[in-house]
Amino acid sequence: MKTVVEVIMPQLAESLVSATIEKWLKQPGDPVDVYEPLAEIITDKVNAELPSTLKGTLVKILVGAGETIPVGTPICLVETEDDIAEGIPSSSGSNPQEAGKGSGNAALSAEAAGFTASGDGDTSMRHRYSPAVQQIAAEHGVNLTLVPGTGLGGRITRKDVLAYVASGAVKQAAAPKAEPSVAAAKPEQLNMDPRVPVRSSGIHFSETPRIPHIEVEGQSIPGSGETFVDITPIRNTIAQKMRQSVTEIPHGWMMIEVDVTNLVVLRNKLKDEFRAREGVNLTYLAFFIKAVVNAIKDYPIINSVWAVDKIIVKRDINISLSVGTEDSVITPVIKNADQKNIAGIAREIDVLARKTRDGKLKLDDVQGGTFTVNNTGSFGSILTQPIINYPQAAIVTFESIVKRPVVINDMLAVRSMANVCLSLDHRILDGVICGRFLQRVKDTLEGFDQEMKLY
Amino acid sequence: MSMQTIRAKEGVKMAVMEYIDAIRLAMKEEMERDEDVFVLGEDVGLKGGVFTTTKGLQEQFGELRALDAPLAESAIAGVAIGAAMYGMKPIAEMQYSDFMFPATNQIISEAAKIRYRSNNDWNCPLVVRAPIGGGVFGGLYHSQCPESVFFGTPGLKIVAPYTPYDAKGLLKAAVRDPDPVLYFENKKCYKLVVGEVPDTDYTVPIGKANVLREGDDITVISYSLPLHYAMEAAEELAQEGISAHILDLRTLQPLDKEAILEAARRTGKVLIIHEDNKFGGIGGEVSAIIAEEMLYELDAPIMRLCGPDVPAMPINPPGEKFFMLNKEKVKESMRHLALY
Repeated sequence: MKTVVEVIMPQLAESLVSATIEKWLKQPGDPVDVYEPLAEIITDKVNAELPSTLKGTLVKILVGAGETIPVGTPICLVETEDDIAEGIPSSSGSNPQEAGKGSGNAALSAEAAGFTASGDGDTSMRHRYSPAVQQIAAEHGVNLTLVPGTGLGGRITRKDVLAYVASGAVKQAAAPKAEPSVAAAKPEQLNMDPRVPVRSSGIHFSETPRIPHIEVEGQSIPGSGETFVDITPIRNTIAQKMRQSVTEIPHGWMMIEVDVTNLVVLRNKLKDEFRAREGVNLTYLAFFIKAVVNAIKDYPIINSVWAVDKIIVKRDINISLSVGTEDSVITPVIKNADQKNIAGIAREIDVLARKTRDGKLKLDDVQGGTFTVNNTGSFGSILTQPIINYPQAAIVTFESIVKRPVVINDMLAVRSMANVCLSLDHRILDGVICGRFLQRVKDTLEGFDQEMKLY
Repeated sequence: MSMQTIRAKEGVKMAVMEYIDAIRLAMKEEMERDEDVFVLGEDVGLKGGVFTTTKGLQEQFGELRALDAPLAESAIAGVAIGAAMYGMKPIAEMQYSDFMFPATNQIISEAAKIRYRSNNDWNCPLVVRAPIGGGVFGGLYHSQCPESVFFGTPGLKIVAPYTPYDAKGLLKAAVRDPDPVLYFENKKCYKLVVGEVPDTDYTVPIGKANVLREGDDITVISYSLPLHYAMEAAEELAQEGISAHILDLRTLQPLDKEAILEAARRTGKVLIIHEDNKFGGIGGEVSAIIAEEMLYELDAPIMRLCGPDVPAMPINPPGEKFFMLNKEKVKESMRHLALY
């Protein structure tokens, strides 16, 4: 004996109310075992695999990839052997509606039949008049035997009388008392009136236009030049955070240029050996983060949060690193960055970037950041005006390294130059402190030379 | 974020926040406004509350204004009553409303009666906050709705907000009220219900109900979490051509009689919903008010959808699911009444 059982979206955390199916790992027809992952799901911040609660065969997927659903919604049907299903009663017995489903939708069709029956056949309630109906009928002199009833068992509802009065049928019914057949015929027609909305063309005014929930790639409405793209949970989070940051934080901005010629030489010298030894790339970003962390050490106020009546200065220096993917940006955190050397930072950048692109970040990876670094140079920018990663006090970007003619000691030289941009929370920070901070970053970056130690 | 939100008025800055944040913000603002206001309860200080409702208050206001109390609810209520009679404005937290019963004697026999007993010489500006409701896998001791225990006590005011807007505004009104107010916050709403909250210093008047949705076919009267299901169900029923009028009681004692009658008159068909069990619940009293005042305007029997009359919320998930109201149950009852 085989039974089809629904698998529901579980509550992954106490505060969680909905989740999105990212992709299905099993397809209809696939056998599944208990604890075997069925699908990948996304919540506001973390991705997780959804394990099966039973053993059997996946029969049907109810919620497609990309759809966001509330906790508790059935997501797929799994066919199990009966004795196994009994072994896990929580999934089969928990849903009373499901019991009906087992016996071939009998309950459902019976219910539907019940509704239609009350619509036309059953008239057991035809002559039970509610106080409201009697009162309105008395007020308007309505003969209730002429009023069509749309309620349960043919009952005349308050709305039926009101509609009858509004239709003006009262006068017509009252005046030609001699020919009741005419009057009786009228209400027959009116019967339909109040329920069926007037529809001339297209969407009726009373109807809310429907917005397609799931975006089909490139789908558009014929005749209009628009395409709808569904908002993913991560997009929604980004939108909220950005809006909150821009509206709450008065942003200030400044930029300095840094001569990184020595750094370029240093990195070129070390990168191949480093790659061979450590297995990860020695990026400019690692040096840059080191320089930023050193500067924060000297100016700890940069590492703070505005708390209305005070400023909270954070002792831990946890660097949020902006990592872009094709359609989003996430800021995983390098914890205690001040306690790591350049090699350690390079390794951590590699791990976090890989995790981000694979969608493997855990909640812990993205929490606790105190200052944000964005390597905007990686996509060719030479100047950006970043939005602060709320509720931090500042964000710094490292722009493209470009060769430029520079005047040194009244002589022209070709040097590798890069811009460093800083957005600051002007409630906490002012120009002088930020100028000093950037100057310290610049000094450190320009001071990296051949003697520099990576470890 | 498809929650029902109170729309922004022209020129007032709104922040979108969770229900729990609105409660915390109300306490913080009241403590900033009036140094007589303080909170006390189990774990409200150093830990910031088991739900983080009082988080940050001890850091901001010190140990004496965010007071960690021993595990003795009668003492928490008693100390708060004494302080209130002396002129302070205590907010006493019952960690779960289930733990409130040891404090019942203090609340019902002392706080509720002191003004009457002293012929107006003394009063008791006390707020007791207590999280109610189930659906959080809490079982017997963490899921109860004790409204009906206190409901029939003249001298107490009882509020039960549903929106973050009301959560903040009613708590502020409760703190400023000269008499004892029980503030029943729903723990499942904490993170579930999100809405706009103005950053102005506003209050929501105690004793006033609020129309959440206008409609002509049925009237739903409810409070706290079930409104969430009712609003969702109403949205879906609108597709079927059923339009629901929804009234949020907000204050349970005193009930807003006028608003209840006005809402009931609108359709003549009334459904009352609450999570507290049916027998002896708030719904019975709302129903009686309607029956007493407007029998001849009713178009259908007054209906109630409530928690079952069983001793406790089961701890096993299927049992809890059976006990709890949900959108489907609410929708079914609403449709039944509409078709009647």
